Amino acid sequence: MYAALVFIPIITAAIAGIFQRFLGARPAELLTTAGLFASLALSLYAFYDVAILGHSQVVTLWQWISSGDFTVDWNVRVDTLTAVMLVVVTGVSSLVHLYSIGYMHDDPDRPRFFSYLSLFTFAMLMLVTANNFLQVFFGWEGVGLASYLLIGFWYKKPSANAAALKAFVVNRVGDFGFMLGIFAIFWVFGTLDFDAVFKAAPALAGHSFEFAGHQVDILTTICLLLFVGAMGKSAQIGLHTWLPDAMEGPTPVSALIHAATMVTAGVFLVCRASPLFELAPNALAFVTFIGATTAFFAASVGLFQNDIKRVIAYSTCSQLGYMFVAAGCSAYGAAMFHLFTHAFFKALLFLSAGAVIVAMHHEQDMRKMGGLRKQLPFTYWMMLIGNIALTGLGIPLLGIGAAGFYSKDAIINAAFLSNTPVGTYAFVLTLLAAAMTSFYSWRQFLMTFHGRYRGLDHHHDEATAGHDEHHAPKLEEVHEPARVMLVPLAVLAVGALLSGGLFVHSFIGEGEFWRGAVALAFGHHADAENSIPLLVEFAPLLLTALGFAIAYYFYIVKPELPAKLAAQKGIVYMFLYRKWYFDELYQFLFVGPALVFGRFLWKWGDGKLIDGLGPDGVAARVLDATRGAVRLQSGYVYHYAFAMLIGVVGLATYFMMVWR
Amino acid sequence: MSHLLSIITFLPLFGVAAILFTRGSEGTHATTARWVALIVTLVDAALTIFMWTRFDGANSAYQFVEQAEWFGAGTGITYHLGVDGISMLFVVLTGLLMPFTILASWDSVKTRVPEYMIAFLLLETLMLGVFTALDLFLFYVFFEGGLIPMFLIIGIWGGKRRVYASFKFFLYTLLGSLFMLLAMLWMYFTTGTTDIPTITATAHFPVWAQYFLWFAFFASFAVKMPMWPVHTWLPDAHVEAPTAGSVILAAILLKMGGYGFLRFSLPMFATASHDLAPFVFVLSIMAIIYTSLVALAQEDMKKLIAYSSVAHMGFVTMGIFTLNQQGVEGGIFQMLSHGVVSGALFLCVGVIYDRMHTREISAYGGLVNRMPVYAACLMVFTLANIGLPGTGGFVGEFLTMLGAFHVQTWVAIFAATGVILSAAYMLYMYWRVIFGELVKPALMGIKDLSLREAALLAPLVVATLIMGVYPKFVFDITSASVAHLLQQHRTALAYDALGPKAHTAQSANVRNASGALVAPAMQAEIMGAFPHGKISKIGFSGAAP
Repeated sequence: MYAALVFIPIITAAIAGIFQRFLGARPAELLTTAGLFASLALSLYAFYDVAILGHSQVVTLWQWISSGDFTVDWNVRVDTLTAVMLVVVTGVSSLVHLYSIGYMHDDPDRPRFFSYLSLFTFAMLMLVTANNFLQVFFGWEGVGLASYLLIGFWYKKPSANAAALKAFVVNRVGDFGFMLGIFAIFWVFGTLDFDAVFKAAPALAGHSFEFAGHQVDILTTICLLLFVGAMGKSAQIGLHTWLPDAMEGPTPVSALIHAATMVTAGVFLVCRASPLFELAPNALAFVTFIGATTAFFAASVGLFQNDIKRVIAYSTCSQLGYMFVAAGCSAYGAAMFHLFTHAFFKALLFLSAGAVIVAMHHEQDMRKMGGLRKQLPFTYWMMLIGNIALTGLGIPLLGIGAAGFYSKDAIINAAFLSNTPVGTYAFVLTLLAAAMTSFYSWRQFLMTFHGRYRGLDHHHDEATAGHDEHHAPKLEEVHEPARVMLVPLAVLAVGALLSGGLFVHSFIGEGEFWRGAVALAFGHHADAENSIPLLVEFAPLLLTALGFAIAYYFYIVKPELPAKLAAQKGIVYMFLYRKWYFDELYQFLFVGPALVFGRFLWKWGDGKLIDGLGPDGVAARVLDATRGAVRLQSGYVYHYAFAMLIGVVGLATYFMMVWR
Repeated sequence: MSHLLSIITFLPLFGVAAILFTRGSEGTHATTARWVALIVTLVDAALTIFMWTRFDGANSAYQFVEQAEWFGAGTGITYHLGVDGISMLFVVLTGLLMPFTILASWDSVKTRVPEYMIAFLLLETLMLGVFTALDLFLFYVFFEGGLIPMFLIIGIWGGKRRVYASFKFFLYTLLGSLFMLLAMLWMYFTTGTTDIPTITATAHFPVWAQYFLWFAFFASFAVKMPMWPVHTWLPDAHVEAPTAGSVILAAILLKMGGYGFLRFSLPMFATASHDLAPFVFVLSIMAIIYTSLVALAQEDMKKLIAYSSVAHMGFVTMGIFTLNQQGVEGGIFQMLSHGVVSGALFLCVGVIYDRMHTREISAYGGLVNRMPVYAACLMVFTLANIGLPGTGGFVGEFLTMLGAFHVQTWVAIFAATGVILSAAYMLYMYWRVIFGELVKPALMGIKDLSLREAALLAPLVVATLIMGVYPKFVFDITSASVAHLLQQHRTALAYDALGPKAHTAQSANVRNASGALVAPAMQAEIMGAFPHGKISKIGFSGAAP
């Protein structure tokens, strides 16, 4: 039955993809969407059966690869961790399918779009139901492929194609590490199956092996390699550059793949491999460090972005950093909890942004929006709920709040309680990031819905100079989109408000919820809860309020101020606006040199060196020799006579010398 | 069915005869030639599949063995054919791909059609012979004979610089083979036989000789693979060859080098293979990284795929010389999947070349607007070439790297960078050819796949995907034979390591050449030292007709 849950999407995807011309758009939409809802129903049952009743199970489908003592099967494994992911994936995916029927209604390539969406869902389900690292890798690359296809869905746009290529290649850099991790796991443990690996791991703690010519700790190395993969997929600092560009894809894709599901695969992997990470404290410290740095970095870049989707993209990047902070502090429950709540409110934010974009006739620049509250009342409320959930509004002492309040505070508390230098580092950075999150969220909200409508103003900014194909409509022309797009928003809004309070005790409580699916090293959480100072409890709320206040001042009280600051192009502003110059750096360090070097090797290495010394060189020398020989045969008798004379003289000299 | 293998190998020659003896006007003769070639290759394909169903994968011995007197008794040279798990699927691959090449040239070849078909049928026999021959002499005839039709295919039906390309191809491969011929002669005069199973089982060449022999064979196989730095003939040959020629070149001719390493280098020159493995690793990694970077800079689609072939063959040589089950089996799988995928990629290039008569990447762009089905097919093969899990390209690459990681982590690390680069160059090409707006006026009227082309590509799409999700059908055939091969290799290695005593004993026996070369006492000693060794059994189990 659980196998059906996984395979329904690929079957519908294949039918919609292969028979798109015969089916037409509407049947393809209905087929894939219905398939996804069927999958969702089964996932909800699985969640009830596995997470609540505790009937976890592993189904083996068939053998995949078998070579000598290396064997890997196709499995469907459902335990609590998987069940949570199943609900998130199929839940968001089915809503996104539904929403897309409205969002994409005038696109001629709808069957292809829905086919890709379902293909993605299949790959993601394969990833979360894997019972071994190689099947995770299959899903991992599969979602990468679907992401590539969907980012580049509007293939006529060069920017979309560039973004798709970038996403795939940057992800491959991460996969490079993941793959080496898999190799190491196999040669250390002799298997790739989760249970066998986790069972054998404690005996290897502290042992070292030779890797790349050095003696290094086994488990630390493996965990770091796996984490490199996670960094690629979850867009952590260094390998994050693809995520903002991925916003070139249609907005439902951003909501499904680049916010709620695929990018959380890295977090899922770390939680899945938590029994290994638990035994590798250095790797955990690294995870925390990267997570905290990313949370801070991405939030800072988000401060001054003007594209409504890019703000949310950097926000996603930042929130993924929070999840890694939790995982790095051994609070895997909190990491998964934030993943769970984040899926609701971030999908909500993206889909609301999509509603705004559709209403604005595909204008995404927030500087051309403003005052849309009257025109889009429903979307306004949805976005408001999303922002409340994202910024984590709630009352600390009573423990009542929106989803983000529970999960984000749990992470900040975990960082505080971990009591290590890197934990403190994470605590400070996540707090700062919380303030910035509040600022950019409310900035985006105020710029879009409040103030004066700026759609018809003239901008001569560099950002809009290049592509001015979208013309913002008149304010009266801005309408709420179709109802089929609004229903998913409402469902997600309920989740964004309630999912935190309802599930907080399951995910990070002392209960039986996880049943060993993730390592529960952070068990002292409940006791320690009391020892958190009041200031720490209130700090997130205070900083969030501060962020809101600054945003309100800049964009409502003194709305002319931001443009002035931007025009000055101060160092800090440019540094943040240019995203810390990562793209420029990578272009300079890797992309440019690879192309130049490839050309050099081709023209000089192959052309001049190998061919020059090899076949062409040999051929040329032979030709030289024959040309010389040809020149000897001049045909003049006196030439030959002269040569003969020289020969005679030579011979005579020789004999005279010998017989003297 | 005792002559099944001979029938499969030589059936195409009957096609050749049929084409030679039919007469008619130029047009009818061409049509006849096409149909004869298609029918003959289809029948041969059916026969290889039939043989596949009868093949016992659990048995590592040679099967369908045929042996007959050839040069007379006592010469040690016989007509000896047979297949084991290593060669079996190459025979199937050759048999199955040939009809595709005939169909691919159905309309695109217009001049000298009967001669063209004769060249292809002749080539098929020679290629099948390489994989089925169990006699050095026979092997050499097939191995070198294959050069001639390929030389003609490039030189007569090729592109503008076809003469340069065909001579480069010929000189490179011939030069390598000369060393191999010398080595084979030396082997014959020391052992008194050219029977491959006999030599494998009994002739233990002294270590110094193994080095010479290894390099002599290496010279030939490395050129065929082709390995860096003797790869430069391949891009030229591919670019100039007609589509079907490229398909054969990439899918089958390149695999002869890898097959040769498995059949000769590993079991016969065990110590040399073991000692020189690092050398091969270095060349393999150079191939993977260097040619991937070069591929990134290519402007010609065929050249790009040719360079990517060199990189993929780097994975093969790396895998074979890991000398462990995963690496070797991965190498074989990589060769098979690359046969399907690269063949399909060249067919895809041929499809648009037939329409536009250019292979320049910059001449295309936005093809998906007019050719969605083509774009989808090409996407599958592109992804397979990138090594995406779920396609055939992944399994081989993964296993070879897995094997290499065990031997030397650096090798696997460097090889894995090829995974990043392959994604970059393939998707970059795909973008420039397929995506974007269709703005070039010449492309405005381009047609999507015809029924014939779709029928060509569809089975390859299916094969690519099946190899990715259910590769077991390959491993069922190869596992036992690869395990057996590695056992042979290890036994030989141990034999060489026994010290000078073993070698003096052996060289005393070398001259009385026929049959068992090693003194029985020695054999008992080795068997005692290595209880898993199967020296007395090796090779002979299949030798009796």
